[in-house]
Amino acid sequence: MTDATAHVPPNTPVPDANLFAETYMPLTPHEATVEANRCLYCFDAPCLQACPTHIDIPTFIRKISTGNLRGSARTILEANFLGGTCARVCPVQELCEGACVLNAEDKPIAIGRLQRYAVDHVQERGVQLFQPGPATGRRVAVVGSGPAGLSAAAELAKLGHAVTLLEKRELGGGLSTYGIIVLREPVEVSLREVEAVRALGVDVQTQRELVGAADLDVLLAEYDAVVLAVGLGAVPAMGMPGEEYVLDGLQLIEDSKVSPDALQVGRRVAVIGAGNTAIDAATIARRHGADVTMVYRRTEAEMTAYRHEYEFALHEGINYQFLTQPVRVVTEGDTVTGLECVRMVLGVPDASGRPSPRPLPGSEFVIPCDQVIKAIGQEKPALAVALGLELDHGYIAVDGGMRTSIPRVYAGGDCVRARGTASTVMAVQDGKYAAAAIHEQLSAPKEAAHG
Amino acid sequence: MADLSIDFAGIRAPNPFWLASAPPTNSGHQIHRAFEYGWGGAVWKTIGAPVLNISNRYGGLSIAGQRLLAINNVELISDRPLDVNLREIAEVKRMWPDRAVIVSAMVDADPQAWRDIVMKIEDTGADGIELNYGCPQGMSERGMGAAVGQVPEMCELNTQWVTSITRLPVIVKLTPNITHITEPAHAALAGGATALSLINTINSVMKIDLDTLRITPNIGGRGTHGGYAGPAVKPIALNMLAELMTDARVRASGVPISGMGGIVTWRDAAEFLLLGATSLQVCTAAMHYGYRIVEDMIDGLSNWMDDKGFATIYDVAGRALPQTSTFGELDLSYQAVARIDPDKCIQCNLCYVACNDTAHQCIDLVADGGVRVNPGFDVRANGRQVADTRPQPVVREPDCVGCALCANVCPVDGCIEMVSVPSGRESITWDQLTAQRPEVATSWDAMMAYRKEQGIDIH
Repeated sequence: MTDATAHVPPNTPVPDANLFAETYMPLTPHEATVEANRCLYCFDAPCLQACPTHIDIPTFIRKISTGNLRGSARTILEANFLGGTCARVCPVQELCEGACVLNAEDKPIAIGRLQRYAVDHVQERGVQLFQPGPATGRRVAVVGSGPAGLSAAAELAKLGHAVTLLEKRELGGGLSTYGIIVLREPVEVSLREVEAVRALGVDVQTQRELVGAADLDVLLAEYDAVVLAVGLGAVPAMGMPGEEYVLDGLQLIEDSKVSPDALQVGRRVAVIGAGNTAIDAATIARRHGADVTMVYRRTEAEMTAYRHEYEFALHEGINYQFLTQPVRVVTEGDTVTGLECVRMVLGVPDASGRPSPRPLPGSEFVIPCDQVIKAIGQEKPALAVALGLELDHGYIAVDGGMRTSIPRVYAGGDCVRARGTASTVMAVQDGKYAAAAIHEQLSAPKEAAHG
Repeated sequence: MADLSIDFAGIRAPNPFWLASAPPTNSGHQIHRAFEYGWGGAVWKTIGAPVLNISNRYGGLSIAGQRLLAINNVELISDRPLDVNLREIAEVKRMWPDRAVIVSAMVDADPQAWRDIVMKIEDTGADGIELNYGCPQGMSERGMGAAVGQVPEMCELNTQWVTSITRLPVIVKLTPNITHITEPAHAALAGGATALSLINTINSVMKIDLDTLRITPNIGGRGTHGGYAGPAVKPIALNMLAELMTDARVRASGVPISGMGGIVTWRDAAEFLLLGATSLQVCTAAMHYGYRIVEDMIDGLSNWMDDKGFATIYDVAGRALPQTSTFGELDLSYQAVARIDPDKCIQCNLCYVACNDTAHQCIDLVADGGVRVNPGFDVRANGRQVADTRPQPVVREPDCVGCALCANVCPVDGCIEMVSVPSGRESITWDQLTAQRPEVATSWDAMMAYRKEQGIDIH
C-alpha cells in the first residue's frame, strides 16, 4: 500500500467494478466522525501553517466532529475556493498531513479526505455559501479558468468587482478538468467549482482565447485589471527520430476525461518521464490493461514524482526502467513496434544540483511496445513572450502581489511558477494574492492608482 | 495466581464480578449463560409488584463518536410473573451451587408484603437478598425504590421488616439521588442490613433530539427522566464508595460494600476494590458488549494482582482508603509544577492555549535559540517543514501554580508531569492554620499579611 492509501480503512472495497472511479471512497459519516475526533484541535496548528492557502484545518475538522458540515465547508472554502479539488489533488503528505503533530507517534489525520467530505457535502447539495460583494463598479478580466483563474475570479467577485473569466477551451476548470486523471478527480468536481464561480456573478466565457498583445490591449481598455492564469504549454519536443508517433501524455489524460470512448490505448506502452503527469498517463494505460514501462534517464532518487505517487504506480503494476534514455521510436510502416533506448550513467551534478546522466556507449536496446507516451514536463508559457512580459526563467515574472511588468496586469498559477513547485494549491493562493493586490489597487484613489 | 474468591457477608463467589440487578439478569436462561462465561454471581433483576414496561426504554450517551459512555433507562423491575422468576432462581441456584445468586426485591412499604416475598426468596435457595431502594423512575412514583431510599426513616423501617424475618444476608442498595449518601447508609445499618451496595442509577435526561426536538428516548411523543449509568458515572460512584468507607459508623459496623457504577474493565474494578468494595457489580458494560467481557475482567484483575503481589481480594480491598482526606487536612505548603518533556512533546500547543486562556498564563512558546515568541506564522511559509521549526511550549516554573490543567489536556502520555518541588515553607494544613490564626479565614488583610510573611506570591 502507498502512503496515501494507508489512510483507507482496511475494509474499504477497491473499486474494481469501475476502474476509473475515484481511488478513494468518500468517507462514510461514521468514518468522518471518528477521524475528525482523532484530531487534537492543535492551537496555532502546523497543518494550517503548512497549507499554502492556510485553511483553518483544526477549525474545519472541529466542525465536522460537531456535525456542522456547512460551517466546515465554509471554513475551507473561505480560504480556498477550490477546496474540493485541493482535497483530491493536494500532495497532502508534503503539506498539511506531513506537518500533522500526530506523525510523531501515530498516523496523521486524513485531512484531505475530511476536507473532501465537508466540501462535497455542500457542493453535492448545491449549497451556495458565498454571495457577491456590493458592486464596486470596477471590472476585472481573468484569462484562464484553471485553479489560479477560478480562485482570483471568486475572490474578486466576493469583493464586489465585476469579473469576466475567459477560457479558451470548451469546458472551464483548466488543469482540474483536463489534466488530472479521474481516479484522482472526476470532471464533475472541477465543473462544480466553475459553476460556483458563476454563481458569484462571474461572467464565464468559454472558447475565448488570448493570443497576443493586441488582445491584451483590448482587455486593458475594457477592464480595470487583467489576471493572466494561462498555465503552461504542451509537452516539449524531444527531437528524436519517430517522435511524430509519440502521444502527448497530457492529451491522453484529457481524452480519458472528456472523451473516454475515443481513447486509444496500446497493449504494451512505454511512458517517457517520471513526474506526476507521467505516472498519471501510465496509470490510465495500465487501467486499460496495458503492460506499462516508464522510462527515465536518471534514478528513483532524482524522480520529480512524489514518493507516494511513485509507490502508487508500483502498486498499480507499472514497470520502471531507470537510467534509460529514449533515442528513437521504432516503427514498421505507421505502426510503432518499440522504443530504442540507451543506458545512462550518472555523473557530476548539473545546474539543477542533480547528477547529470550521460549515455553509456554501445548500450542501445529496444523496449518492444506499440505505443509511446511522453510526459517530460510542459513548455513554458509562450504567451509571456508574445505579450512582451518580463520573464523569470522563462515564466512570467511577478512580485509578491502577483504584479507583472505591465501595469494592471497580474499573473498566477503555473505560468509564473519559476521555482518549480507547481501545484493546484499554490495556484489557488496566487489567485488570492492577485485578487488582494487588485482590490487594493482598485480601492485606492484613482489618481494614486494610475498616477 | 491470585485468589479472586470472596465471602461477602456470607455470600461466597469464585470471583467478585457479579451481574447487577438489571436487564442482564432478567431470566434463568440469561444467568445460566452468564455463569458459563464465568461471572462470579448475579443479582436477579428486581422482583416484586406487577408492572408493565413501556417502549422504548433506553437513551444512550455518545461523545466524540464513542457510543454508550452512559445509558439511561425508564425500565421498571421484572415484568415476568413472580412465580416464574422464583422457579428459575431455584433452578439456576441448583445448577450453579458455587456462584452467588442474590435476589433483588422491591415491594410496597408494608411489612406483610415484605414478609411474603422474603419467604418466597428463601425457598429458592438463593444466597442473599438485595433491597432495591434506588430505582429513580417508575417505581418511586408508586412509593417504592428511590422513594424509600431517599427517606432514611423509610429505609430503616423497610430494612428492619426484612432483616427481622430472614436468615439470609440482606444487602441494601443505595440511591445516589440524595444529598448525603451516609444518611440512607446509616438508616440501612440501623435496620439491620448485613451489607450495602451502591450506586443505583442517577436521575437524568439523556438528550434532546435536534431533528425532532423531542426528548430521547421518545415514548409516543413524550419523554421522562431515567436512571443514568455506565462509564460516565464511575467518578460519582467512587466518591460515594469512599464516603461510606471512611464514615465512622459504616466502618464500625464492619458491613461489606458491593461497588458498582461504571465498571467496564478490570481496571475500574481494581479502583473500586482499592476504595474498599469487596464485591463488584456490572451492568452497562455487559449490556454494551455481552457477558463475554468478564473473561478479561477476571484475567486482567488476576494478572494485576500477581504483578502487585496481592494474593487475595482482601489484600487489595481498601488499600487506597488511607489517602482519602478532607480539604482541611491537605498540606497548603505542598507545591507541584508542570514540567513538559521536550522529547515527548508533539507541539500541539493545547497546554499553551489552555494555560494562557483559562489558567495562569505561565507557559511560553520558545523558538530555537531560547527566544520567546508569540503564536502565529509567516503566511508565505508552507510545507511540512513548518512542523520542524515550531516553537516549544515551556513552563515558566516560578509562575506555575500547579493547577495541572496542562497535564490534563496534553494528549501524549507522560509528556507533562506534575513534579513536586520544595516550596520552602513548613507544612501546614488549613485546619492547623485557621486554628492558629482564625483571622486568616475571615479577613483578607490577615490573609494577605500571612502570605507576605510566608513569601507566597500569587501571580
